[in-house]
Amino acid sequence: MTRYIIRRILISIPLLIAASFLCFSLTTMMGDPLGEWKLQKPRTAGEIAAAELRAGTNKPFLERYGNWAVNFVQGDWGTTVVPGNSTVDVKDKVFKSIWVTVRLVLGAEIIALLIGVAIGVIGAVRQYSIFDYSATGTAFVMFSMPLFCLALMIKYVGIEFNNFLEANGFGRWLRTAGPPDGGFQGGIGDQFYQYTGSYLLPTICLVAIQFALYSRYQRASMLDVLNADYVRTAQAKGLSQVRVVFRHAFRNALIPIATVFALGFGATISGAVITETVFAWNGMGRLIIDAVTKKEPFMVLGFMMVTAVFIIICNLIADLMYAVLDPRIRLD
Amino acid sequence: MASTSTADPAGPPPGHDLSQFDTTKARKQWQVIVGRFLRHRAAVVGMVLFVLLFLFAFLGGPIWKHDYKTLGFEQYSPPTLEHPFGTDRIGADMLAQLIRGLQFSLRIALVVALVSTVIGVVLGALAGYKRGWVDAIISRFIDLILVIPGLVIVVVLSRSSFVNVPGQSGSNWLLVALYLSLVFWLSTARIVRGMVLSLREKEFVEAAKAMGGSTLRIVFKHILPNTIDVIIVNVTLAVASAVLAEAAISFLGLGVRPPDTSLGLLINQNRNELNIHPWLFFIPFALIVLVSLAVNFMGDGLRDAFDPRQRRVRA
Repeated sequence: MTRYIIRRILISIPLLIAASFLCFSLTTMMGDPLGEWKLQKPRTAGEIAAAELRAGTNKPFLERYGNWAVNFVQGDWGTTVVPGNSTVDVKDKVFKSIWVTVRLVLGAEIIALLIGVAIGVIGAVRQYSIFDYSATGTAFVMFSMPLFCLALMIKYVGIEFNNFLEANGFGRWLRTAGPPDGGFQGGIGDQFYQYTGSYLLPTICLVAIQFALYSRYQRASMLDVLNADYVRTAQAKGLSQVRVVFRHAFRNALIPIATVFALGFGATISGAVITETVFAWNGMGRLIIDAVTKKEPFMVLGFMMVTAVFIIICNLIADLMYAVLDPRIRLD
Repeated sequence: MASTSTADPAGPPPGHDLSQFDTTKARKQWQVIVGRFLRHRAAVVGMVLFVLLFLFAFLGGPIWKHDYKTLGFEQYSPPTLEHPFGTDRIGADMLAQLIRGLQFSLRIALVVALVSTVIGVVLGALAGYKRGWVDAIISRFIDLILVIPGLVIVVVLSRSSFVNVPGQSGSNWLLVALYLSLVFWLSTARIVRGMVLSLREKEFVEAAKAMGGSTLRIVFKHILPNTIDVIIVNVTLAVASAVLAEAAISFLGLGVRPPDTSLGLLINQNRNELNIHPWLFFIPFALIVLVSLAVNFMGDGLRDAFDPRQRRVRA
């Protein structure tokens, strides 16, 4: 096991190097970051030379890549380079944004997983029941739904609920913006009030996006297991249905969902991009959309490298979980 | 091939046609599949719905009395007989806008499905059949791209200098479709590669090789026809997810741009009208859901029709 982990980590180093090159090529495809700045009004040759020096666009492609990569490994991820934008350090900004997104996404993912697994198990145990059909139908609609519309509707319902609260003499509890930069202020009760108000709507949104997927996987794997021979044996020797379902079937049916959970990281990022855009959170999702819109090459690179590392780690965890949960699988 | 002219002792005596005693008709394989598909009620509903939406999108424009370019109707008119889906902020007829938006969304989805399938099938088959270093290169390349979230790749490419010539705005729906295809082919290639890897060891491939078939002939005449079921199902599912993906990036403002349009862009333009002028938001939304539900139902039915073991469907 240890040997396998070490080997996998060693393999991911060339993968990361190749990924960094791919990311760098992608960002150069965005075109000259200074293009729009140059067009805004005539710039002097000196201004252009200074801006190009800062953006590094005065050097050939490979040299630029080399410079960036060396600095990146040493911990200097660059700054924003377009002259009109305020200068921000990429590394600071990325780590701040990760923290915002992780706090939001982690809770939502766990809730989605719990709901999804519960629905999947009930759906499989009571296959072709009304519950199963309505769960399947809901999942189908969720898969066919543009997620940003769902987010917009949840936001609208939240605003209406706030109006309702206000009309009845309460404060506007739900926030349709991210948490304040300095964190929540006030006493514990006050903080709890603000915390729930900020997190409730985006969490509902992310949960709604993810739970349908988990419930489908869980239902399929639970059905697989329930039809297995050892479950029939357990039933034949007279165990109660509850014991069969939970001790014999359920534990084995969790194996695939564990990997789905770890491998779903890319989808989670996409969900976060949409949710953060709609609810105005300054997390990773907002960061990439802002950076791409403003054509900030180093910001985009910082984002892509961090997600690449996360995805590689998640893939490794998925494989390891598979082996830990299912002793029949040997990694070596 | 055995010659049929030699007398077969077990066969019917000449002049006696036994087929009159047959209780069932012989059916070709595709007839069986079509039959199974047609018995899948949701799939048939999905197909009819998709055909109707398709006709609506591509024939609706010339038929409907208002042109999408005509502005200056009453602003924010709620649905009336004159404007069944109301009018928007600049006084354009929403029905005409929706016909055009749906048309662009479908065009993009179909291009994505076509291009990504062609790339995926060719590279997947190549990797699976050639194995060795060809497989290693293609598979590692796929692993590499999967390290970056697809949405991010498309969003970054959408700012590429091919589309954004400063000061100019031109038609870009085809480029959006191509960028999406660059992400969508990955899963197709992986699936096809896996199938080809196992099919190439089958006896009929060995027979074709022994008869001197060229690589191209073996791959295209013998192996790929056996993966057609998976490919067709994959195409339908790609259409559904391409409609949603296009809508998402257009909503973020990084997809289709005027003068082109799409359902996602229509929603983006009307995102703040949700509570005041709800028809501007909910009708394009409903159209997106309808398209992708219809295609998903079709895909489900096709999967069951091709592989009856997956679901309990009457054969």
